Amino acid sequence: MQRKLLLEHIDVPGIQTYDVYRSKGGYASVEKALKTMTPDAVTEEVKKSGLRGRGGAGFPTGMKWSFLAKPEGVPRYLVCNADESEPGTFKDRYLMEHIPHLLLEGMITASFALGAHTSYIYVRGEFFYIIRILEKAIAEAYKNGWLGKNIQGSGFDHDIYVHPGAGAYICGEETALLESLEGKRGNPRIKPPFPAVKGLYDCPTVVNNVETIAAVVPIVNNGGEAYAAIGIGKSTGTKLISASGHIKKPGVYEIELGVPVEEFIYSDAFCGGILNDKKLKAVVAGGSSVPILPAELILKTANGEPRLMTYESLADGGFATGTMLGSGGFIVMDESASIVHNLYTFTRFYHHESCGQCSPCREGTGWMEKILHKILDGHGSSTDIDLLWDIQRKIEGNTICPLGDAAAWPVASAIRHFRHEFEAYVNHPKQQHVVSYYDHCHNLATAEV
Amino acid sequence: MAKVTIDGIEIDVPDGTTILQAARMIGPEVAPPTMCYHSKLKTSGGYCRTCLVEVTKGSEKDPRPMPKLVASCRTNVMDGMVVTNGLSEKVQDARAGVVEFLLLNHPLDCPICDQAGECHLQDLSYEHGHYNTRTDFERRTFEKIDIGDTIQLHMTRCILCYRCVKVAEQITDGRVHGVINRGDASEISTYIKEAIDNDFSGNMIDVCPVGALTDKTFRFKSRVWFTKPVDAHRDCDKCSGKVVLWYKGDDVLRVTGRKDQWGEVEEFICNTCRFDKKKTSDWTIEGVREISRHSVISANKYKKLVKPKRLTINDIKALPE
Repeated sequence: MQRKLLLEHIDVPGIQTYDVYRSKGGYASVEKALKTMTPDAVTEEVKKSGLRGRGGAGFPTGMKWSFLAKPEGVPRYLVCNADESEPGTFKDRYLMEHIPHLLLEGMITASFALGAHTSYIYVRGEFFYIIRILEKAIAEAYKNGWLGKNIQGSGFDHDIYVHPGAGAYICGEETALLESLEGKRGNPRIKPPFPAVKGLYDCPTVVNNVETIAAVVPIVNNGGEAYAAIGIGKSTGTKLISASGHIKKPGVYEIELGVPVEEFIYSDAFCGGILNDKKLKAVVAGGSSVPILPAELILKTANGEPRLMTYESLADGGFATGTMLGSGGFIVMDESASIVHNLYTFTRFYHHESCGQCSPCREGTGWMEKILHKILDGHGSSTDIDLLWDIQRKIEGNTICPLGDAAAWPVASAIRHFRHEFEAYVNHPKQQHVVSYYDHCHNLATAEV
Repeated sequence: MAKVTIDGIEIDVPDGTTILQAARMIGPEVAPPTMCYHSKLKTSGGYCRTCLVEVTKGSEKDPRPMPKLVASCRTNVMDGMVVTNGLSEKVQDARAGVVEFLLLNHPLDCPICDQAGECHLQDLSYEHGHYNTRTDFERRTFEKIDIGDTIQLHMTRCILCYRCVKVAEQITDGRVHGVINRGDASEISTYIKEAIDNDFSGNMIDVCPVGALTDKTFRFKSRVWFTKPVDAHRDCDKCSGKVVLWYKGDDVLRVTGRKDQWGEVEEFICNTCRFDKKKTSDWTIEGVREISRHSVISANKYKKLVKPKRLTINDIKALPE
């Protein structure tokens, strides 16, 4: 049986409200941290837990916290990145929608560790209803003395503000998020300086994902070592996976890191197998920007070992035969899916979301979309496939922020593993049967209506 | 002080110098090309990615190479850093890619563009670009906008270097224009098409590396290589008054700020000097402006001419397709 740390009480009716949340042991981590621990001790527990950033990059959270500059007389900020816009990822939305107090509890505990008296939750613009949920939860927390001046008589002051974005994927990049939070155009900043030194309003800032901050709660409650006992190697603890695509049971699953991918797809405890018992074709394991892998490589690594849901195992083999855990957006495609059409959907997204600041991403994403559109329309040639490869190669690594890489990796991996499909489109365009992930979702949505 | 090696040449530079500045101290042979960086504008640079260089040794303390190419205009040198620019194939390849991206939506209207002859993008594509084009898609186009009575904005040619935005931010009282929209639909605009009306707005023309912002008092008057640049100055209560007059015959066709060897304005000038003082009697003439022999503007103006090599049929055959 899988242990659940974040979604333990998700099924309790009324868990969104303060009273029920509190009765299930809520805000215990704040009590423990404020009354029995020093800020450094909390950071030390997080370091011991081996918690890694859940937003996609997987950077060790404790280390990120310890990089925070602490000059005298300058405020420090904690910013929660709730701008979850990666196609295929919907875990943060689920968490905030159902247990908003878990996030607030994590925010208060984390802010105590960082010495931040003000923190912000930057919520994606499309999640307007979640802003209401969070505002309500914050009001309840103020009323019960978990926010504001002198929290629970400990002398620690803290305020949380919710800030809505305006619907830009790029504002999930931490420096673009900070620009947007300051009221400016959401363009990523050029690093260095890093936010830990000069972040929000030029003050030291830590930006963490919703799930990362929520994970601080069980770490403080049970101790870092207990958290580190779950998982394998450097992938510790539990992770929320947003499973979608051609599977029987799509949804958000909390897994202990280390579950084999095969078990995750086929076990009844998780995805429940492929829809209509078709054959598995490909999986995008961590949100749209990570490389897509064909069935044989996602179930087993190139060395023939079973692939596990961990940061290391999924990345085994580098980009040639591996992928990334990313933000945990697990998109499964069966044999009927068209990789080319799916790639077009992704590339169109990145074209639309490029901020336009640096030239490779601004121009390259649009160019790739046009070429893919041409191939899908049946006007492509085999030189177009090589051109696509060359364009992604020139975008990757040459941009200010990771959006360029995120746009390049899906193209690279689709051509690397499914070049024959592109060639089929180029050579026999009229015989191609187009069923994309996008169409599948569309069909599902209309069927429910 | 920090010791940095660029393309095999060592130089000692003060701490806090960027790789680009260090390379420029060595000389134009090793200096990476720039489109968006401007030495007189703070926080400029980092956007166009033409100045990417490879850092093969991070520093004396941490000799690991940097994993990605870095923008030399925004990366500070470290003691013991080893940088390759022209000698690195990776850099040349990435730079050719950047040129291709910049030209992807840039119109090929050089024959009717006022910037031709002093255009940074022309130089860049000549030096670092490919001969052939790999795209046949329609380019994006915009309507021309008059921003103020002396400046015209032709957004179709813009490469979004943000230099004009930084000028408005840093040397004028209030910025009324900026970048709106995003991705390849971004455009420089005054939003509600307001006029840019301040004493230093003309400097936007000088810092524009392409022909997106042009001087309406000079538009279509002459090709720049038919005009002769002359240094001149006047007493001005707003600016230094140090300018270049561009003569055709006895007429001053336009007035610009003085640009250094990197094509960047040395001192910003006011609109009165730029647009209103177009008579020789307004100015104290200093002498002929030195123009690099490699610039087309110097054509037919100097005695020492370097004749181009006459191509033989073998040379033509050897040209890449």
